[in-house]
Amino acid sequence: MPDDTTSPAPPPEGGPKSAAEPPVPSGATAGSPSPVPPATPPAAAAEKPAAAAPPKPAPAKPAGPVPVVWESALVAKLKGQFGSGVEALTYLGQNYLQVDRSLIPNILQILRDEEQFDYCVDVTAVHYPKRERQFDVLWILYSFARNERVRVKTQIAEGEHIPSAVSIWPTANWLEREAYDMFGIQFVGHPELKRILLPDGWKGHPLRKDYGIIQQDQEWVQINLGIESGQ
Amino acid sequence: MTDSTSSVSHLDLDESKKTFLDANELILNMGPQHPATHGVLRVILRLDGEKVLGLECVIGYLHRGVEKIAEHRTYTMFNPYVDRMDYVAAVSNGLGYCEAVEKLLNIEAPPRANYIRVILTELNRVASHQLWLGTHALDIGAMTPLFYTFRDREEILKIFEKYCGARLTTHAFRIGGCQYETYEGFEKDVKKFISFVAPKIDEYEELLTTNRIWVERTKNVGTISAKDCIAYGVTGPVLRASGVKWDIRKAQPYAAYSKFDFEVPTGQNGDTYDRYLVRMAEMRQSLRIIQQAVDGIPEGPIMAKVSKVMKPPVGEIYHSIEAPKGELGYFIVSDGSTQPYRVRVRPPSFVNLQALDLMCRGQLVADVIAVIGTLDIVLGEVDR
Repeated sequence: MPDDTTSPAPPPEGGPKSAAEPPVPSGATAGSPSPVPPATPPAAAAEKPAAAAPPKPAPAKPAGPVPVVWESALVAKLKGQFGSGVEALTYLGQNYLQVDRSLIPNILQILRDEEQFDYCVDVTAVHYPKRERQFDVLWILYSFARNERVRVKTQIAEGEHIPSAVSIWPTANWLEREAYDMFGIQFVGHPELKRILLPDGWKGHPLRKDYGIIQQDQEWVQINLGIESGQ
Repeated sequence: MTDSTSSVSHLDLDESKKTFLDANELILNMGPQHPATHGVLRVILRLDGEKVLGLECVIGYLHRGVEKIAEHRTYTMFNPYVDRMDYVAAVSNGLGYCEAVEKLLNIEAPPRANYIRVILTELNRVASHQLWLGTHALDIGAMTPLFYTFRDREEILKIFEKYCGARLTTHAFRIGGCQYETYEGFEKDVKKFISFVAPKIDEYEELLTTNRIWVERTKNVGTISAKDCIAYGVTGPVLRASGVKWDIRKAQPYAAYSKFDFEVPTGQNGDTYDRYLVRMAEMRQSLRIIQQAVDGIPEGPIMAKVSKVMKPPVGEIYHSIEAPKGELGYFIVSDGSTQPYRVRVRPPSFVNLQALDLMCRGQLVADVIAVIGTLDIVLGEVDR
């Protein structure tokens, strides 16, 4: 296997993504061609000779599945309540809601209180440095009663705040701390937002794309571990 | 190292507010190097005499940045790394990851591969529960079960070793199926193991289930209600011992689980004793699944058609499985290149550990050890 990942500097940035675009293919909202799953493997196989070659413009765009509009009673209700702030999509059979940042505490509260999404599986984030609003913040929810999962996604910019969900699901406590630790996302209303996996005095948020893979807080390492470098 | 006063801020330690009467409150550091914390977990306990008033976990000592590493590796190259998270259930980790990437690629592993996956994953569940039982009992003071379980777990590791050459971090599966066909005599070995271990599980139970010391140390210890479990996102045997009959193998079947007949054991009280019973019952159910899978294993290919250079279409996926410790999920974002744009691991140990504070309040210090044991955490997975 070609290993071109030894150089620390360039993170695998989202080439195909342009600014302010959701991380899923565009043109997803309506009238998209019906997904043609069987087309994927042959298309991928066709690219085989280009294995070690430098990335040139892909010969044939893999006709993968695309997100389609998700319609359900839940979506109709949320749309009726919040209008265009909510976009509901399905990708590979998984439903997600792309919502406006301003709707965040309300929509999560409604999902738990009225729609039985009583289990917050995960809270996490994704960094898209080229986008105007750099971060996707995600809540993965599950409902025991409906046996259904849904993801709620919103976009926030660097320095913007997002309301904490700890009062809705206590699970969110550590999960939000991890998202803060790794991405520097500020959850307002969190009882104690501090680092969880990295030490308290650490500088930088390692899962951001501009944080190199061998980068570290040299100063912290020297002071606290008494060694020149952790490498 | 870290400043301990800042770490305990939520425990409300304002010296000026202290009166003579609560001067006997004591802060006790447990770990990070403590044999009963199952790795490097530091627990800061606030005690009144022997009673726990609150605690805080300090984690991250084993943080290796697995999610960051994933972004710099191809999908295939990252596969062995997932084994190093929950290293006592490496097979489950690999299954979750491979299935998540398969979903993203929109391919499915062939039926035979799915059967092999189920057999190995369930064997691993038994191994994981055996290791849990041995160490948990040792923490509480019963030495014998450790020798029994490690002796019997060895047989599972031998099967893994014969199958893929590794005992612990197996890297047993590949994206698209399995790399190795079962070895000559695999079915025989597995069947032999089932008949070997079934009476051994009875043996463990003989040692513990009605043992007065065991019962006293575990009944009504670390009780958590079903409601709290759900609020805190606690999954796996802990959730089931609180009475919620939820298992991803049944709720949202993956691999070949929909083809097998098995029960989901539950408890009622949500205490340490019930969690013990649930895990014992789960081992027996796993043997049932393995038996059915070995009997019904179909012929055919073990690998789907997968390109050597994997480029999943742009998109994101969440896929989770029932790991021995609870819901293990992978959230993967693809940007269409050969490397994942983001891999998020939803670790059951991490989320379950969060409930430790709730479960230990009002209990004794010695019970904290029992509760850490009963949560069945692996710090390699908590810290990733």
